Amino acid sequence: MNHAQKASAFIRDETRTDWHNRAVWHLRQKRDLGAGSVPEWEELRNLASAIKTHTLSNLDDYLTRFEEKAAANGVHVHWAATAEDHNRIVHGILTDHGVQKLVKSKSMLTEDCHLNPYLEARGIEVIDTDLGERIIQMRHEPPSHIVAPAIHIRKEEVGELFHKELGTDAGASDPKYLTEAARGHLREHFLSSTAALTGVNFAIAETGGVVVCTNEGNADMGVHLHGLQIHCMGIEKIIPRAADLGVFIRLLARSATGQPSTIYTSHYHRPKSGGAMHIVIVDNGRTEHLGRADFRNSLKCIRCGACMNTCPIYRRSGGYSYGHTVPGPIGSILTPGIDMKKFSDLPFASTLCGSCSDVCPVKIDIHEQLYKWRQVIAEAGHLPASKRWSMKVAGKVLARSGRYDFFGKMARMALRILPRFMVYNRFNPWGKARELPAAPKQSFKEWFKQQNQQP
Amino acid sequence: MKVALFIPCYIDQFYPRVGIATLELLQKLGCQVIYPEGQTCCGQPMANSGCEADARDTYQHFIQTFGGFDYIVAPSGSCTYHVRHHYNVIEQTESVRHIRQRTLDLSEFLLDVLKVDHLEARFPYKVGLHQSCHGLRGLRLGKSSERMEGGPSRIHALLGMVSDLDLVDLDSVDECCGFGGTFAIAEAAVSAKMGKDRLADHLRHGAEVITAGDMSCLMHLEGLIRRNNLPIRAMHLAEILNTNETRP
Repeated sequence: MNHAQKASAFIRDETRTDWHNRAVWHLRQKRDLGAGSVPEWEELRNLASAIKTHTLSNLDDYLTRFEEKAAANGVHVHWAATAEDHNRIVHGILTDHGVQKLVKSKSMLTEDCHLNPYLEARGIEVIDTDLGERIIQMRHEPPSHIVAPAIHIRKEEVGELFHKELGTDAGASDPKYLTEAARGHLREHFLSSTAALTGVNFAIAETGGVVVCTNEGNADMGVHLHGLQIHCMGIEKIIPRAADLGVFIRLLARSATGQPSTIYTSHYHRPKSGGAMHIVIVDNGRTEHLGRADFRNSLKCIRCGACMNTCPIYRRSGGYSYGHTVPGPIGSILTPGIDMKKFSDLPFASTLCGSCSDVCPVKIDIHEQLYKWRQVIAEAGHLPASKRWSMKVAGKVLARSGRYDFFGKMARMALRILPRFMVYNRFNPWGKARELPAAPKQSFKEWFKQQNQQP
Repeated sequence: MKVALFIPCYIDQFYPRVGIATLELLQKLGCQVIYPEGQTCCGQPMANSGCEADARDTYQHFIQTFGGFDYIVAPSGSCTYHVRHHYNVIEQTESVRHIRQRTLDLSEFLLDVLKVDHLEARFPYKVGLHQSCHGLRGLRLGKSSERMEGGPSRIHALLGMVSDLDLVDLDSVDECCGFGGTFAIAEAAVSAKMGKDRLADHLRHGAEVITAGDMSCLMHLEGLIRRNNLPIRAMHLAEILNTNETRP
């Protein structure tokens, strides 16, 4: 199924669609309040964008500096060219330490690399410790949003799930009660595991440290408990200096949820005494993407999810309609670089309204890239035949005024004289929910000519 | 000042009344307007569908048709945005550069060139303004709700010059209507749902008329209004600025 078909299926339950729309829009409203509280918001966006541009232009240099600093701090740095390499490296580290159970705090990268099934197939138990992530892990589902992975699930459904999995009271849906239950459940897993893995929000070249932002403190909980800590990051997570961090911290949580910052901003610089700290730096297609001049800007993304929250299509089609770990507008410009044919529908799942670009804290020109991907996808021959041919014909008709005038007149006449069933049928998707415009006898051009003929 | 009127294809074919209102309004304001009869379309339908290659001949036709004018005025933020922003893929001759700079949306032309500060217009109705995206975020006709800075809204300024017009507040001040060109067909379900939600916002706030700087958004919304017999009608901004109605 393509995006349009999945979206259409999602919308069939209109009450749920409306609920999903409201839940996600609520994040955008909170973001507006958060952003509005910073007088220099637009200046911060410019600054963040410029820092990222600079860093991406000197990425090799900053990555090497980062590696040197981290190594000097006693951290083991690994390089993974692909998702497979990443999974193998993580598995190797865990095997070396005899780990049989791992606690993980939120990491879209490991989702993207499908680390959990890889480790589980090799006998290692993985527990996601972010509440939303844990909920979808129990439901055997992927995340539907990068910041709020379980935003598509209602609290009543969480109640049912926890009743089945954790033995909470039947019918309970009070968030506080359910969260308390999850907390108790997760504490047991924190204590019975022997290693912690986290994603990375920012990696600082100057210090060789990594920074992880969470609201639940689950990254710290795992890292502080265990001797072995692993942090997995994409190459684009680098920022040059510790001083740059403030720019991004001020933007990230405000853009995501409207909070001034996440509750926890955890800095990891070196292993605990007697412990081990590993950082896995992953490419997995990012270098190739960096080579695409029109699209490299998308690597500036700090994964705040604001473009999803603002997107009127995402809110009404749900994260799963995009078929990728990173959905929504940013997903739609990243995925064609991964598999253009498979994701060729995503750049078209947009009205090009531009709200995503305006909300983006690092000023990625998302809707411009959607437009450009459309051109690349058409050029590569991945458009549906109906669209390809109708556009070819439209191009021929609209380039000559004689043809345009003639076909315009014919179309209007047809709309006026054809019986309704000939116009409104399964070949007319417009007409399924909408009327076509009433076709006037005279076009503006015909009216204008008539006016000017009269003396 | 030589001013050309560009009436986008779908307005020409389906909403001649909007073209007439635009022409009359400009003439009322003392503007000599020329309507080049060879005009067709800006090429956006093909380009937004990924078929820029199929749009190039239409771009060239537009350039030939609209050469030699001081300004080209269109009652559409979207088509104006397309010419200004996306005609970068053809050879940038002096004529192309001139046309890209001088193609203006009606509201820009009225306020920035003609410096209109009052209008002889009366429209005694409750009006909801739909902020068309390409005008708002493409041409920056006003400040989008995402941005924390930006200039005053041109369309609000113009509606403010209309006597007795009661502009209603909305919950979502600038959410997309869901038209999006071929999106309306390729993603018909989401498109219709977006339009339905937009209209509900206007209806909830008592709007009797929904207006916009782009008739394409209104074509989509009007299609939903007529199918569902909703108690609201769609009128282009130019129609309201050109009217002198008293309430029946």
